[in-house]
Amino acid sequence: MSGFLIIAIIVATGIAGLIAGRQRASAQQVGSQEKPHSRSHYHGWWVFILAVLPSLLFLAIWTAGSSYYASSTIRAALPAQTTESAIASRSLAYSMIENLAHGLRVLGTDGLSEVPSSFEALRPVMAEHGVALASDTQDYMIPLAQKLNSILNVSSWAGAIIAVAIALGGFFIGMRGVAIRARARNNVERVILGLLIAASSVAILTTVGIVLSMLFESIAFFRSVPPHEFFFGTVWDPRFAAAGAGNTDGQFGLIPLLAGTLYIAFVAMLFAVPVGLMAAVYMAEYASPGVRRVVKPLLELLAGIPTIVYGFFALVTVGPFLRDLSAALAGGTSFIQAQSVLTAGLVMGIMLIPFVSSLSDDIITAVPRAMRDGSLGLGATRSETIKRVILPAALPGIVGALLLTASRAIGETMIVVLAAGVAAKLSANPFEAMTTITVKIVNQLTGDLEFTSPQTLVAFALGITLFCVTLGMNVFALYIVRKYREQYE
Amino acid sequence: MTDVTFNGASVAARPARRDIGLKRRYAAEQRFRLYGILAIAIGIFFLFALLFSVVSKGYTAFWQTSINLSVNFDPKIIDPQNKRATDPNVLLTANYPVLARNALAEKLGVETSNRPALRQVSGMISDGVRTQLRNIVVANPSIIGTTQNVWVLASADVDSANKGQVDLSVDQARRKVSDQQVEWIRKLDADGAMVQRFNTGIFTFGASSRPETAGMGVAIIGSFYMMAIVLVLSLPIGVAASIYLEEFAPKNRLTDIIEVNINNLAAVPSIVFGLLGLAVFVGFMGMPRSASLVGGMVLTLMTLPTVIIATRAALRAVPPSIRSAALGLGASRMQMVFHHVLPLAAPGILTGTIIGLAQALGETAPLLLIGMVAFVVDYPATPLDPATALPVQIFMWANEAERAFVERTSGAIIILLMFLAVMNLAAIFLRSRFERRW
Repeated sequence: MSGFLIIAIIVATGIAGLIAGRQRASAQQVGSQEKPHSRSHYHGWWVFILAVLPSLLFLAIWTAGSSYYASSTIRAALPAQTTESAIASRSLAYSMIENLAHGLRVLGTDGLSEVPSSFEALRPVMAEHGVALASDTQDYMIPLAQKLNSILNVSSWAGAIIAVAIALGGFFIGMRGVAIRARARNNVERVILGLLIAASSVAILTTVGIVLSMLFESIAFFRSVPPHEFFFGTVWDPRFAAAGAGNTDGQFGLIPLLAGTLYIAFVAMLFAVPVGLMAAVYMAEYASPGVRRVVKPLLELLAGIPTIVYGFFALVTVGPFLRDLSAALAGGTSFIQAQSVLTAGLVMGIMLIPFVSSLSDDIITAVPRAMRDGSLGLGATRSETIKRVILPAALPGIVGALLLTASRAIGETMIVVLAAGVAAKLSANPFEAMTTITVKIVNQLTGDLEFTSPQTLVAFALGITLFCVTLGMNVFALYIVRKYREQYE
Repeated sequence: MTDVTFNGASVAARPARRDIGLKRRYAAEQRFRLYGILAIAIGIFFLFALLFSVVSKGYTAFWQTSINLSVNFDPKIIDPQNKRATDPNVLLTANYPVLARNALAEKLGVETSNRPALRQVSGMISDGVRTQLRNIVVANPSIIGTTQNVWVLASADVDSANKGQVDLSVDQARRKVSDQQVEWIRKLDADGAMVQRFNTGIFTFGASSRPETAGMGVAIIGSFYMMAIVLVLSLPIGVAASIYLEEFAPKNRLTDIIEVNINNLAAVPSIVFGLLGLAVFVGFMGMPRSASLVGGMVLTLMTLPTVIIATRAALRAVPPSIRSAALGLGASRMQMVFHHVLPLAAPGILTGTIIGLAQALGETAPLLLIGMVAFVVDYPATPLDPATALPVQIFMWANEAERAFVERTSGAIIILLMFLAVMNLAAIFLRSRFERRW
């Protein structure tokens, strides 16, 4: 029985409950002297909730549990793994059986009475129905696939019947509970509150998911590459992961990537901070409202442009321009490569200008009026007021804003993927290509990949490093910003 | 007292004003001001440089050179053994490019025995002609044996040459269009048989290794699916979470943790969400790679903080007097929120959601990790089928070497920016039309 149909039945039961409960409650309320506690539609909704919620919860748990049970039963029935086994791993064998079972289900609808017991006979039949099977599927897998199907079949029927029974039970309990003084509204509102809490815990779940998923994969990575080689290694040369070879002779040194990341972020900040800060100061202190109304949205447009567009801009415009410029300056040979730290840093800096300017703008305008007036009244010029009074007062907030911006620069991906190059080397020359953590995450994870090789898993180790660095900066920045805000409020 | 030492003589001859550096200070003031103007000018200069660079490279992508041919659907070429009545595969595998080549050769007056010239003739026509003519014939087999007027796409090199993007002063061996072909292009142009028409293909075609038949069709549909998923998931979850945090949450540890979490998630690098999607949705839950469903879910997690922050601001902007009035009239807190506060905050919530959607539409990095860098030719029928997304398509084209792909990439960026502009304008419109200030 399809999941969609079961859910439809359950929801239909709920809707029936909604209507019936509502009618029953209004019928009771019409003739009664007592003051009803809840309006009739609350009674309807309460019946709906009782019918739908428990049975959907049950269905979710049952589905997860039964598929876990089925897979562990089949895995236990697999022949012991030996060195001569034709299939490389148990999980591979299991996925073959799953595929086979899927094929048998497709076949089953066409009323194939006898399933051939050998794979040779089965394969052409399957192919006719558009199911492709792995060529090294073994004969012993066919009965296992049938068993898997029967377990899944039985459990899905049992689950469907129990779920519908629970829905009906909820319906009747709800209907019996409809009474003049029944506190239906409170019940409904408690359930809604529960849903609201569940929705807000998605944020926590996401963080937990990020940390756990990356932690598990990173631990798997550190099993084949010792952590000190990763964190302190100065050579990045992961080699290619040959499927099944399982060799770990690649070198996974974080240092060159970290250096490239920080170098490019530094160049970007070097460009973005003065420009962004001065723009913010001008807009907060000098610009007339009219100018501000035009300029501020224009600068914020820069923040709305997707980073891939910046990457393309760096790749086809800024990079070649810098290369040709350097060629013209040096008279023939260009000393700036088209993909370089400078290109990536410059374009990333452009992207960061609006972040620096709008964050600092908020902070500068939050400095109390009285401090400005005091300084101006003592005869300071406006620029002196800004430099000696406003900026020092706003400094903690600005530092926080700059930290937030820097963490964005470190985590930025698309610009560096297109503009920074892929060569992982340690160098201090900003005119050469360097690479970053994010570039390597993308490189290691695009293309055909095998989840068990260190070449793939290293991406998660890089990811958790990136996550920790940016998280640290963000927490510190948010702490500073929040503390500073309280100071003046 | 200081005026004890005051000397009466100096009153009569007032000294020149003590130099307190006013000139210097005013100059510094002017300089400082200038720096500010300069900074803004730099920012705006780069904005326009970026837009100019994209538009100037990309606007030509919306025109595509087509050639008008009178194609003779010769049964001897389509079906030399005359088996099409029994074997439908004949029509699918027939040598259609030859039909187009012959038609063009006839138009240009090239002898069919002149093999090198014929090769140059077929180089003028896009390989996409194979599917184009095949579709015509399969849809209407009775056309075989007749002569029809058909507009076919020119090849990418001819297209570039026709748009004047090929430097003709370069030696002919070092460019992709030969002198002979350039001459033909001029001839066809003069005859009116070669024109630039609006390029609908860039909106409808799927992936292709040939620039002239590569389009954003699959990417647009993939992005549409993802935006729909993001909207359906992030709006209810985000609004529910904000209502809880803003209206119900007690001031305790748990609430604090949730708030810190949301603020941090807003600043986590997007690529980390891609890793999460790969490990949890694809690896652990076994969802298909390259599917818009997974992409939509990853983008939802990314967009949630934006939606929550905007929604909370909108809820906070509703004055407390409205809450008090509702509560005073006997509403429960739930009724107060859902009947009064939420409707009043709706414009702000919608604006925030649209801005979040626009962010998600431009996001590339997480989609690369969950395998949306795929060569997808056919439209995805459901969100579970492999698809690409607009920014990913741009990334893939940006990595192609051919000149014509640079044009396509810029064209694709223009399309993406158009979508973003429409969404942001909608947000601005909503804000100015419906937002109430108390």
